[in-house]
Amino acid sequence: MSNRGPVATHRSATGVPTGRLAVWWVVASEVFIFGGLIACFVLFKLNGTPGFEDASETSVVAGAFNTFVLLTSSLTVVLAHAAIERGDRQKAFNYIWCTFGGGIVFLMVKIYEYSGKIISGHTITENLFWSFYYTMTGLHALHVIGGMVIMALISFDILKGYNFQRVELIGIYWHFVDLVWIFLFPLFYIANF
Amino acid sequence: MSSTHAHPNYVKIWFWLVILLIISTLGPMLEIPVITLITAFGIAIVKAFMVAANFMHLKFEKHIIWFLMLMSLTLLGVFFFGVAPDIMQTEGDQWIDCISDNSCVEQRL
Repeated sequence: MSNRGPVATHRSATGVPTGRLAVWWVVASEVFIFGGLIACFVLFKLNGTPGFEDASETSVVAGAFNTFVLLTSSLTVVLAHAAIERGDRQKAFNYIWCTFGGGIVFLMVKIYEYSGKIISGHTITENLFWSFYYTMTGLHALHVIGGMVIMALISFDILKGYNFQRVELIGIYWHFVDLVWIFLFPLFYIANF
Repeated sequence: MSSTHAHPNYVKIWFWLVILLIISTLGPMLEIPVITLITAFGIAIVKAFMVAANFMHLKFEKHIIWFLMLMSLTLLGVFFFGVAPDIMQTEGDQWIDCISDNSCVEQRL
């Protein structure tokens, strides 16, 4: 592996490389951001707040398809990590761009869903369910976009032969984005009772 | 720097995740709330654990990462039970339930 890049990348006080530890801290803070929203959503649902029956208006097929897309993109990004550990830069580059493609497909489905809902009159101000729906899925989509931008940037670095460790770091982040969706899917698409 | 552990069979893990996704999608079709709860949220927890353990390599990480995650989940639990009474309790002299009658916006104005 190359030793170019910030000093913090190559030292460790905890036994965990500093870059990886930093990403885990990001994940820990994200747990609280998304977890807080999910906790509030669950509490309002348990309380029988009006509007939550609108979960039946969301498309289970679209939600399930997007879950499949994110699970598959998680597979490709972890295969990129395995490839770069073998020193196969081209394969890692290809897998990263497959993951990027997964992100594009996910966002396209999301745009399709949003436009359909808005045309049907389900806007963010309609009731509490739709406020949660747009806030949480919108925040999640922003995380997807952020991950895609970072992936695109690091893919060219690894082709040039440096910062290989970043493939693992963006992978951890991307898996977390997948993990959040794993919980959003049943909340917004399946649990219609 | 990178992890030095052996990589698990990722395709096999992905395959099981897809199987679980299919079950969680089909479960609610039985229209039994308990089954829906188990297939939707029970399977979501299993899937999340599989992703964290295998794809995020949590099972290979040092204890400090586990503590970090446990700490954030514990704080989340504190938040959940701290906020719960405010949302779930709707009785009391000072309680104004503006959500039920959709008058929250008017009250802010």
